[in-house]
Amino acid sequence: MDEAGGMIQLTDNPIHPRDLIEAVSSPEIGAIATFFGTVRAHNAGKSVTAVEYHAYPSMAVKKLEQIAEETRRGFGVDRIAIVHRVGRLSVGEMSVAIAVGSAHRRDALGAAAYAIERIKQTVPIWKKEVYADGTAWLEPEPVFGASGSNS
Amino acid sequence: MRVKILLFARLKELAGNEAVELELPPGTSLSEAWRHLQEQLPALRVFKSPPLMARNLELAPGEEALGVGDEIAFFPPVSGG
Repeated sequence: MDEAGGMIQLTDNPIHPRDLIEAVSSPEIGAIATFFGTVRAHNAGKSVTAVEYHAYPSMAVKKLEQIAEETRRGFGVDRIAIVHRVGRLSVGEMSVAIAVGSAHRRDALGAAAYAIERIKQTVPIWKKEVYADGTAWLEPEPVFGASGSNS
Repeated sequence: MRVKILLFARLKELAGNEAVELELPPGTSLSEAWRHLQEQLPALRVFKSPPLMARNLELAPGEEALGVGDEIAFFPPVSGG
C-alpha cells in the first residue's frame, strides 16, 4: 500500500481492476481513469502462447512508488494505484493496471497515460515471450517509438 | 573486497545464476566490475556494450565506485508493461 493515497503492488496473482478502483475512490474525486495492459496473441509476426514477466522486485516497487509520486505531483491528482503482474501469463491476462483518481477528467487521463509510459521506461521488469517453438526476451520499445508499439 | 552482483533477465539466464560473487579491489567502478564478470563468465561476452547497472536500487553510471555492502545489480534494458 502507498500512504500518500492509492496502492502499489507487484504480484504473482491475477489483477482485479476493482481493487485499484476502490483504492483511488474518495468523495473528493470526480474522475477515475484506468489503463490495463493485457497479453496479446501476436507480436512482430509471431504467435505468442504466453508471456513471462521477470522483475527485480525491490527496485521495481521503489520505481513504481517514484512514478506514482511524480505523477501525483505533475498532474495534481489525488490518488494513483499501480499493480504489475509477474510470472507466466496466458494470452488475454492482465499484466499491468493503473487507476488514477482526480477531481477532473483531464488530469486523470493525462496522469494514467504518463504513468504507463514511465513504467515502460524505468521499472526493472522484463518480458519473455513464449512461442510454440521457443522463447525470446523482448527488446524494449524505443522511447520515441515508431508505429506498431507493444500493448 | 567481496561484492555480490545480482543478475536479471537475459543476463541471469546466460550466467546460469541469479547472483555472482566477485573479489574486487577497493574503489572498483561498476563498469570495471562488469569487465571482471565477463572474464569470469564467458557466456556474458555476447554483450558488446555494458548492461544497465543499479547500485542500491537506483541506476548508476559506469564510473561510479562500488562499496562494501552495496546492493549491485546488472540487467538489460527494461521491457515491462
